[in-house]
Amino acid sequence: MDALMPREDRGGPAQPLLLAQGLRKHFPVPGGLLGRSGKVVRAVDDLSLSVAKGETLGVVGESGCGKSTVARLLIRLIKPDRGTMVLDGDPVDEPHGITINELRRQVQMVFQDSYASLNPRLTIAETLAFAPRAHGLPASEARARVRDLLDKVGLDPENYAGRYPHELSGGQRQRVNIARALALRPRLIILDEAVSALDKSVEAQVLNMLVDLKTELGLTYIFISHDLNVVQYLSDRVLVMYLGKIVELGSVEAIYGNPQHPYTRALLSARPSMEPRRRTKEAPIQGDPPNPIDPPSGCRFRTRCPFAEDVCARVEPPLADTGAQAVACHMRVAGSGHSKAAAP
Amino acid sequence: MSDLLQVRDLHVKFVTPDRTVNAVNGVSFDVKRGETLGILGESGSGKSVTLRSILRLHPEHRTRWGGSIKLEGDEILTMGRSALSDLRGQRVAMIFQEPATAFDPVFTIGHQIAETVRRHTGKGEADSWKRARELLEMVRIPSPAQRLKAYPHEMSGGMRQRAMIALALSCNPALLLADEPTTALDATVQIQVLLLIRELQREFNVGVIFVTHDIGVAVEVSDRIGVMYAGKIVELAPVEQMVDAPRHPYSRGLLASTVHDGMRGQRLEAIPGAPPDLAEVPTGCSFAPRCKFVQPSCVARPPDLRDVGGSHLVRCVLADALEASVAA
Repeated sequence: MDALMPREDRGGPAQPLLLAQGLRKHFPVPGGLLGRSGKVVRAVDDLSLSVAKGETLGVVGESGCGKSTVARLLIRLIKPDRGTMVLDGDPVDEPHGITINELRRQVQMVFQDSYASLNPRLTIAETLAFAPRAHGLPASEARARVRDLLDKVGLDPENYAGRYPHELSGGQRQRVNIARALALRPRLIILDEAVSALDKSVEAQVLNMLVDLKTELGLTYIFISHDLNVVQYLSDRVLVMYLGKIVELGSVEAIYGNPQHPYTRALLSARPSMEPRRRTKEAPIQGDPPNPIDPPSGCRFRTRCPFAEDVCARVEPPLADTGAQAVACHMRVAGSGHSKAAAP
Repeated sequence: MSDLLQVRDLHVKFVTPDRTVNAVNGVSFDVKRGETLGILGESGSGKSVTLRSILRLHPEHRTRWGGSIKLEGDEILTMGRSALSDLRGQRVAMIFQEPATAFDPVFTIGHQIAETVRRHTGKGEADSWKRARELLEMVRIPSPAQRLKAYPHEMSGGMRQRAMIALALSCNPALLLADEPTTALDATVQIQVLLLIRELQREFNVGVIFVTHDIGVAVEVSDRIGVMYAGKIVELAPVEQMVDAPRHPYSRGLLASTVHDGMRGQRLEAIPGAPPDLAEVPTGCSFAPRCKFVQPSCVARPPDLRDVGGSHLVRCVLADALEASVAA
């Protein structure tokens, strides 16, 4: 049966599992004459990324930076205005590629709100069996799969299969959501703030479980979070977003050990210190992130950047490779015209 | 210096026909002027219920109180209606997690601050608007004169929270209650608001109780931290002590299970299980079912909050033994 088996690896380990090129999503802003204000929220603007097989790609950024829109684009919950996606060599939603349904079998998602993600009228077993049944798995096999899934996420099948979502705690519900994401044996799981609503002691349990499942099932993760510490803990590579754009992308060591973009630096030093004797004296940057409806010209971070110069308002900095990481900042582009940039 | 606030053996029970929730089960602490007490706990630990009790914000007909809360000697739990409305806003002010819902959406920020100033200080119309403007300047809202005319939805989350702090401080309260005021804010904005609260607290010499689930935030603002679990304070200590040498197994578990720098690749030390159902009054230590050091004496009767030296209080029979294991 099709739904029974995990998909074969096709391109070998060197071929990225997921490639996205030039993704763009602008949401029209309602209002104005006849509901046409002409304004758009530039949620994601020309974003390209690749996810290697078996890695965890962390995505960080503040609210409104577009990180959840990226997640929804990657699983095609929303249709991009522009851009292409390739899953292990197969173009998505193109004549010679794979369908969106097939994409969603191989790429699954776990959301922040564990309760809203579950149908309150279905038992846990019904929820978990739903997708495998829809893909044609016979009832008896689906029951076996439910037991297996509950075992995998550390919930005793005898005790939990017949329960309803409201009978579970937040941590248990999130385990069910993870089990459901695993039900079709996907290769990539997008975790969108999946542990953010959990209490710390429960968050640690779920993080440990995610690490175990990844090893056991050979999964790849995209881990989206506003919590820099958790992203550092889990990720191999990290992507930093600001107002719909990638500002920095690199290995977790490079991003946390030697951040290059002023925004990444600010974000990292805004973390509470956990050191009562050396408390933060000054906020790294002032103000709030600007509204993504009318992002600043040129570099979108320039309005809060302590190093902003004329060139930053005029020219949008490209995402340039600096060796260990890629950075979108004029200070890192030789000959950009910024006084701190190297000579061309 | 005498204590500004004294809470003694506070019990809060919510009673409905179907069910009783023992939300707070004997909480005692003091707060001095100019001091910040952080209350750290997970959801359902009773931290917000404790905080709201200080303003008696719970619905009267379903809430059963026990114990005592005294502000500068005045008992709040038995206070009459008019004394209570003088207390709220004027002597004790509160800031909330979601400033968008704490402000009235149909009035401007300036209107709401000026109204509060008028109500509590008896100032005239012009003077109260002038004061509102000064307050917005004080919380560093750019172009305050224009912002007075803004409606809450026209401001960003960080600006709204600043405006709420301005509103809270508008009548020079002696005590400021903060209920997760930075939880909904972005990281780069959160640190600005934390620093602002710290600075204004020094300037106004106000006592602050700061409730949070985030250890990092608690460490950043508090002089002392109280850790709550199942409606009780299980540990209360100066912030340095709490970070360096937590004694209660729950505090230690919480610190160990919080992800921070340098934990990559290590397995997290999770606390197994989940917090207890508060329908039952606990007969022993509430943390015993999750505790890896549990002993028969833990289940027999609830442990007392004991001073282990240096104003460090711990509610655990093993407090002394656990110190040895920290040192080892």
